[in-house]
Amino acid sequence: MTDLPILSLSIWVPIVAGLLVLCTGSDKNASLARWLALAGSIAGFAVTLPLYLDFDFANGGFQFQERLQWVPAFNIYYHLGVDGIAVPLILLTSFTTFIVVLAGWEVIQKRVAQYMASFLIMSGIMIGVFSALDAILYYIFWEAMLIPMFLVIGIWGGPNRVYATIKFFLYTLLGSLLMLVAFIYLYHQSNSFDITEYYRMPLDLHVQVLIFIAFFMAFAVKIPMWPVHTWLPDAHVEAPTGGSVVLAAIALKLGGYSFLRFAMPIAPDASHYLSGVMITLSLIAVVYIALVALVQQDMKKLIAYSSISHMGFVTLGFFLFNPLGLEGAIVQMISHGFISSAMFLSVGVLYDRMHSRQIADYGGVVNTMPTFTAFAVLFAMANAGLPGTSGFVGEFLVILGAVQVNFWYAFLASTTLIFGAAYTLWMIKRVYYGEVTNTHVAALTDINRREFLILGLLAILVLGFGIYPQPITEMTHATVSQLLEHMASSKLPTL
Amino acid sequence: MSNVQSLYIWIPLLPLFAAAIVGLFGRKLPRASAHWITIAGVAAAFSLSVCVFMNALDGHVFNGAVYTWLTSGGSQFEVGFLVDRLTATMMVVVTFVSLMVHIYTIGYMQEDPGYSRFFSYISLFTFSMLMLVMSNNFMQLFFGWEAVGLVSYLLIGFWVKRPTAIYANLKAFLVNRVGDFGFLLGIGMVLYYLGSLDYAAVFSIAPQFADAKVELIPGTEWSLMTVICILLFIGAMGKSAQVPLHVWLPDSMEGPTPISALIHAATMVTAGIFMVARMSPLYELSTTALSFVLVIGAITALFMGFLGIIQNDIKRVVAYSTLSQLGYMTVALGVSAYSVAVFHLMTHAFFKALLFLGAGSVIMGMHHEQDMRNMGALRKYMPITWITSLIGSLALIGTPLFSGFYSKDSIIEAAKFSQIPGSGFAYFAVLAGVFVTAFYSFRMYFLVFHGKEKWMQATHHEHEQHHAHVDEHTHTDHDDSHANDAHEEHHGLGPNDTPHESPWVVTLPLILLAIPSVFIGYFAIEPMLFGSYFHDVIYVDHEAHGVMHILAHHFHGAGAMALHGLTSLPFILAASGVALAWFFYMKHPDIPAAIRARCSLIVYILDNKYGFDSFNEKFFAAGSRFLGGKLWHYGDVKLIDGLLVNGTANLVIRLAGVVRRLQTGLIYHYAFAMIIGVFLLLTFFMKI
Repeated sequence: MTDLPILSLSIWVPIVAGLLVLCTGSDKNASLARWLALAGSIAGFAVTLPLYLDFDFANGGFQFQERLQWVPAFNIYYHLGVDGIAVPLILLTSFTTFIVVLAGWEVIQKRVAQYMASFLIMSGIMIGVFSALDAILYYIFWEAMLIPMFLVIGIWGGPNRVYATIKFFLYTLLGSLLMLVAFIYLYHQSNSFDITEYYRMPLDLHVQVLIFIAFFMAFAVKIPMWPVHTWLPDAHVEAPTGGSVVLAAIALKLGGYSFLRFAMPIAPDASHYLSGVMITLSLIAVVYIALVALVQQDMKKLIAYSSISHMGFVTLGFFLFNPLGLEGAIVQMISHGFISSAMFLSVGVLYDRMHSRQIADYGGVVNTMPTFTAFAVLFAMANAGLPGTSGFVGEFLVILGAVQVNFWYAFLASTTLIFGAAYTLWMIKRVYYGEVTNTHVAALTDINRREFLILGLLAILVLGFGIYPQPITEMTHATVSQLLEHMASSKLPTL
Repeated sequence: MSNVQSLYIWIPLLPLFAAAIVGLFGRKLPRASAHWITIAGVAAAFSLSVCVFMNALDGHVFNGAVYTWLTSGGSQFEVGFLVDRLTATMMVVVTFVSLMVHIYTIGYMQEDPGYSRFFSYISLFTFSMLMLVMSNNFMQLFFGWEAVGLVSYLLIGFWVKRPTAIYANLKAFLVNRVGDFGFLLGIGMVLYYLGSLDYAAVFSIAPQFADAKVELIPGTEWSLMTVICILLFIGAMGKSAQVPLHVWLPDSMEGPTPISALIHAATMVTAGIFMVARMSPLYELSTTALSFVLVIGAITALFMGFLGIIQNDIKRVVAYSTLSQLGYMTVALGVSAYSVAVFHLMTHAFFKALLFLGAGSVIMGMHHEQDMRNMGALRKYMPITWITSLIGSLALIGTPLFSGFYSKDSIIEAAKFSQIPGSGFAYFAVLAGVFVTAFYSFRMYFLVFHGKEKWMQATHHEHEQHHAHVDEHTHTDHDDSHANDAHEEHHGLGPNDTPHESPWVVTLPLILLAIPSVFIGYFAIEPMLFGSYFHDVIYVDHEAHGVMHILAHHFHGAGAMALHGLTSLPFILAASGVALAWFFYMKHPDIPAAIRARCSLIVYILDNKYGFDSFNEKFFAAGSRFLGGKLWHYGDVKLIDGLLVNGTANLVIRLAGVVRRLQTGLIYHYAFAMIIGVFLLLTFFMKI
């Protein structure tokens, strides 16, 4: 263990780097802004590495804790700490930021400094969400994250970006307000904003249910779960590629992570009580959304719906309350981070060249972009959950976990094998295979070195974690068993 | 670990490395390096497999983990190998056929721009198939299972410009996924109830669950073993193309012929057969599941054979023949004659690969003509292809002394003596199947190698079947399929060309495959079926399902069996099938047309392949799209977004419109409101 405040560094290095990038000012210094942002993202990734290297695998509790008094009057602390669930997500965040900076390199020509800075700052804020152990600190990070994302979509977005940003902002803000109410209630009960304090606090079932619902409103919107998912496809369609990548790879995981950090351990009895509802909503996401994805004409919309369907596996895994389901859900979150990034980046590659996301405008891309097509097919297969790719691991574990709870849960969840393959590969067929359909496709050029590097890195990760997923679950074991133990013991006050 | 055992890991890895090198750098390396590198990899894997096979013959069994893939919930998921005689047999068959196909490909794909890509794929396939057969647990089995499906997808769609090819590969993948859906649920049940995914652990604990019940639908009791076995078998139905999941295999012929031989005849499609044989300790616990397997197999064996009769595309005849033969193997599994199924799997791998590669050689000789009606008399021009194809056909129809005779006759005998429900139908199906097989095989043989030289008047039937096929399926998203047909590689011979024999890289594999097609049955039947070869590998409950004992009782050596076979019913049926084919297609070629005209209903049913394709297309494919469209339109767009989200926003706007009227901007309105407010507050606080 080093004495450095690793978590603070992980949060503030990218934010400071982002501010520095902002200082480069107008687009006259665009090149400087790019290189500075790249350096900042690499530094941001580097400072998170000790979280993995120095992590104590046997310890299921919080590590790397930092605790400073902040607002004494309300017992608010600058309290950070991570467990085996947060660390993989933090690493995913800092890595994705590096990818996003690289992906926007020459694509973004307007307001380069602001674009790069937004992502760096967003990265720090999201790491803050994953590591905050004080409810107010967490809430601030949680809400602050909306601002740079709002700007990214609103400034660099597509033609319908105003509708999309307002929808995105209001949807998520409305959800989180109820969460704030829950925090204030919990503060009144315990006179503390310490999350670990809440874990120990006994609560009546009806109070737990209300708290759970308040959290649910915030997190379900973020994940997003059916039926509060409709902001996501619109946001994705309008967002620039980088925005989509961060949205899919990390922002959605904030919701998933928060279920494990707040809703479930603070209200375990309510979680059990409402698990039927949660599983039903998850399965609706898996089946209904997959069918909806099948008929999408816009590639980004299709991938957005595919994301919702895959996140259905995450919430399904959570509420099975067994280790296979829970660890499967966590692996699914990480893997989806890589695969959805790669899918959105692939659409970005095509969009940069053709300025269309409509499937019908493509056809026969393989003839002009063979290397790119190889990547696209690989990521499509990963999205369809092919064994040997990371996309398989999470779904496999969640399905195995679901069988143990109810055969029909597993039955419905497994339909993703068919529908997931159907919508992904049908898109591949229409976009990439066949004869060249028009002159625009005929004029396409294959990916350049920068694009090759990005997709290649993601391909290595997707295959690597498919062949050897043990490193992820090794980290989560202790935390997961501790969480499940906690969930199994009732928090109802003993009379 | 002994010396041999340390080699195991290299057997799948060498083809994988070869595939990776050629796949990643193939375009930069000289063209010939593609085949040299991959052939070296597969040849090494083949030689090592032979060593492993010899080692297994000595009775050595290896079962061990390579690395722990993942641990979760107290379960270890490992990557590991189980190498016993069943595995070793499969390894030798897979690597041998793969090696033959690699060599053959040098000739067949000579002019193809995707030369190195093709070699990379078939080496990747060899790796995947080896991982499948060498696995010692269900997880890795599933990995191999889906990995071969991936390569199959890539290879069926190898010619990415052809609309029929990219339709067929999507269809193949999705139909296989339907099977895998059941397979994965079966694996989930195994892990939950039997507590492990490791074969050895599962097989040893399974008998304790022979009478276990599960309540899948509340109020109904199901035998656990029946549920598990049927779910696993659904996977096999996908991969081994059993009715009703067979629909992908005929279409898979859109891929290049070498992979039709390797993947869609000799190896991948037999994965389901191999899996059930491997799981014999589970299947023996459920007579219901065995009966299910048996009936599905019998239906496939007979009814897919019928479809072979009316095909005019040379590859499709062989494809339907493969379906039918897979049905035979499945029948063998159903009557608990697992060793017979594996035996037929092996002999079939040789003679069917031979027939496919022979068909490929014919197609090359005819300049990519696949319609048999434009061929004829090729024996004069392609003598090696002719003789080897004749050998393959004789083996296929079960001529005594040929390999196919021993395996197929054993299946028929096993079905005859079996007592399990459905065996009566199965016996009829496999017997009738013999006649059908002989008829379509020799119909093909006579049309291709004998009779008149029909390419001379090359009117070209223009692959109407092909067209019909395209029209039927791709009109939804490929209206331009006709335009594309112009580009297809169905050229046929020009007016002054004559067919020519293929180069030695093509004929050599034919000869090398013809040898085991003739002899392997004679030598292998006694040890494999009645000896101790599969003694520790395949478990049969002889009390309940004792057909192997009866077969052993009737067996008096391979020579005697062949002699007896000459007077047996199957041989008579086969001979009459050949005779009828000769009569129809050599003696009176006008008869088939007359029959076609008379029996239009039957022809209609057969032409439409019993309607499976159109049903799937209309019901499942169009149904899902319809449902998805409605859910999207009414659920997401109208209800959630229209009514709830934007509806709320509109409501706010409307309310705001009302409230806005209060803000008149007139000072005395505000002053008046303030006075009322102050008054109200005052009265409120006064009371307290």
